[in-house]
Amino acid sequence: MKVTFKIWRQEGPDDKGAIRAYEVDGLTEDMSFLEALDHLNELLVLKDEKVIAFEYDCREGICGQCGVFINGRAHGPHDNMTTCQLHMRSFKDGDTIVVEPWRAASFPVIKDLIVDRSAFDRIIEQGAFISSKTGTAPEANAIPIPKEVSDRAMDAAACIGCGACVATCKNSSAALFTSAKINHLNGLPQGRAEEHKRVAEMTYQMEIEGFGSCTFTGACEVECPEGISIINIAEMNARVTKSKVFG
Amino acid sequence: MKLNTKIPEGRLEDKWRNYQVKAQLINPANKKKLSVIVVGSGLSGAGAASTLAELGYDIKCFCYQDSARRAHSVAAQGGINAAKNYQHDGDSVWRMFYDTLKGGDFRSREANTYRLAELSAPLIDHYVQQGVPFAREYGGTLVNRSFGGVQVQRTFYARGQTGQQLLMAAYSQLYKMVRAKKVEMFPRSEMLDLVLIDGKAKGIIVRDLVTGELRRYAADAVVLATGGYSRVFRLSTLAIGCNGSALWKAHKKGAYFGAPSFTQIHPTALPQSSEAQSKLTLMSESLRNDGRIWVPDQKDDTRKANDIPEEERDYYLERRYPSFGNLAPRDIASRAAKERIDAGFGVGRLKNAVYLDFKHAIEKFGLETIKDRYGNLFKMYKKITGIDAYKEPMQISPAAHFSMGGLWVDYELMTTVPGLYAIGECNFSDHGANRLGANSLLQASVDGYFILPNTINNYLANEIKADHPTIAHPEFDKAEKEVKANIDRILAVKGTKTVDHFHRELGKVMWQECAMSRNKAGLEKAISQIKGIRDAFWNDVKVTGRGNELNTELEKALRLADFIELGILMCTDALERDESCGAHFREEFQTDEGEAVRVDEEYSYVSAWEYDRGDFKLHKEALEFEFVKPSVRSYK
Repeated sequence: MKVTFKIWRQEGPDDKGAIRAYEVDGLTEDMSFLEALDHLNELLVLKDEKVIAFEYDCREGICGQCGVFINGRAHGPHDNMTTCQLHMRSFKDGDTIVVEPWRAASFPVIKDLIVDRSAFDRIIEQGAFISSKTGTAPEANAIPIPKEVSDRAMDAAACIGCGACVATCKNSSAALFTSAKINHLNGLPQGRAEEHKRVAEMTYQMEIEGFGSCTFTGACEVECPEGISIINIAEMNARVTKSKVFG
Repeated sequence: MKLNTKIPEGRLEDKWRNYQVKAQLINPANKKKLSVIVVGSGLSGAGAASTLAELGYDIKCFCYQDSARRAHSVAAQGGINAAKNYQHDGDSVWRMFYDTLKGGDFRSREANTYRLAELSAPLIDHYVQQGVPFAREYGGTLVNRSFGGVQVQRTFYARGQTGQQLLMAAYSQLYKMVRAKKVEMFPRSEMLDLVLIDGKAKGIIVRDLVTGELRRYAADAVVLATGGYSRVFRLSTLAIGCNGSALWKAHKKGAYFGAPSFTQIHPTALPQSSEAQSKLTLMSESLRNDGRIWVPDQKDDTRKANDIPEEERDYYLERRYPSFGNLAPRDIASRAAKERIDAGFGVGRLKNAVYLDFKHAIEKFGLETIKDRYGNLFKMYKKITGIDAYKEPMQISPAAHFSMGGLWVDYELMTTVPGLYAIGECNFSDHGANRLGANSLLQASVDGYFILPNTINNYLANEIKADHPTIAHPEFDKAEKEVKANIDRILAVKGTKTVDHFHRELGKVMWQECAMSRNKAGLEKAISQIKGIRDAFWNDVKVTGRGNELNTELEKALRLADFIELGILMCTDALERDESCGAHFREEFQTDEGEAVRVDEEYSYVSAWEYDRGDFKLHKEALEFEFVKPSVRSYK
């Protein structure tokens, strides 16, 4: 299998960057997309060129570190999938594949396809936790949590923090990411004590990081590898109002 | 040096309490004056960093990923064990201790293993309090399921994403303490050396992976929480970035390496499909709760799985191990799969897999129940293979997974280097020669949250009055110079082959000779082959780009250089142990039926290897079984 990769190359944050084309032969359908990039990098090394910097770690769809734009879509042509789960069987021999980094002002490019998503960590830092020290927990079954409540918390908690929601949003909004974490914790009895403070502080941080507003196009939930629903955003908005009244 | 295990006195049930009663305390005002470096941000690292910070210590925490939330604890799927006995099925701390000790084939310390079981129940309380959405019954109580090697239901889980959910809890607690300014977090930072001052661990040298800059950090103690090293096989279930470098540098600075060759080969990963493959994806062992493993009873059967009638299927685990069946422990299930595949009964395009079939479970429980239990695993399977496993069986194959081996630690989790601790998968402590499923998240968490914060005081209490180390110390100069020289040396080779080329070579040798089945001649050959790979690497590797920039190729090369040396030690360890135990199966030591033969009279010890200028010197920690009599480990 032979394809032409058109890949964004950018030496560093201050470099202007440009798309460069690479013809790559010797690929197979069973290869993952990232293995095809590995293969290209080996060819580049042998040609005495610098490798393309791109991110990955677990390569099984759960760590959230990988993520690039492929032919104009976050994580490639399929819905609800990470880049590392994409395989070359999704492309045809002779295809041209355009690969770009996440595009969002709050995710500045570090090099080539690698961006800085530390804004997400800073949102988490503003209250995405239950303030309870190690050693202070009551018996686990002391507080029953109905299955439906627990399942809903789990649906929201499944977020892997990859940033596809931000990258695909025309406003670069982090509303899906932030709402998922808020609803996970505020939905559980353990998280209730700090619910209003959490909503206020996390959404404030989301704004000062420069993420845009949500206009409910639903683009994010299509690309979210965990299929997190935009209902979470509506719920967060309701919680914001509630926190203003009661918080 | 004589190995001092520091096992406290008393009955098993009393040891941890006796230890805590006698351990030194540090008052809060003094804790503020002490600092600790934690390398790694997985369950053990984040757990230790946040808990030590809550206690008042100043913490610096490092990880190579872009965020602490990526650590590979995230990938554990199936669950976490705890002796809660919620199912009222006869479970107890003692039984969990015994299962773990037996599962490890009596090659771990009784006192450590008991403590692991003892602290399991409070750990579930802890995680529930931190907001982990564990599976629940309709009435709101917690659910349990079975896991391999055990006859009770003690595994707690959050869909097929238990590791992720526990890690999210640990990561959020870590950032709680970042916000409190008690933890300073350094992502995209890789530890490249340990710094000793007067024989004590006092700091590390770190490469900033964005700028390539080398940085120095000093502290009163150093904690390694760097996970497993099965990427030495290249193809493994681990994240691509997982590496053994921090361990290896510590080993070279004096930390003994415990049982380096004890590696768990997981029975249910996706099979390799090509040379270019970088990773073997794990399918949770929990699938074996309801899935049945089989191969055709005819060799080279070319029919599709669904076309093979029931009477022509060989459910070999149920046949060989009737009392545990598909829930036989991992080492046994992996070897049984290898035996069938090697004998020509393998399935799939490359004949390197066996079937894991849910047909009966779907008939019995209904599609919806199976979807609820394993939905995301089936989804993942479909994404990777394109196959709908609700309609036809999954194809699975053994893959390198967990490192039972790691830095040798005493009861306090301190290595043989004073002030250097190893927690979680990177130490050798509780699992012996084989780890039971769902005990990994447990051990990492218990080490980080409960044990280390109680034991580190004993060391730090004596450091309050000592001079706090500074990065201006000549030992930092020396270590940084060595790191720089090593980087320059790799970049200067400018050979003709890529890093991955050498990693594939190393992986082939390790998988062939030092994985599921080992023998003397093979291991001897492997050692000389790996030495050959080492020489070829240093003469012919090619790394482009510079040292002082973001250079992913250089990162890989530095990790591989250490993996190569570690591979030699692993083979040396496997060669030394003339017995079969747990995951360590030496072909010379088996029964006529192919079961492992342990040699307790000679090998009832933990091997602890000392680095000796490129060579390795063996020390033995004799295992004394005071409370349990080691028995033949049978799952028949």
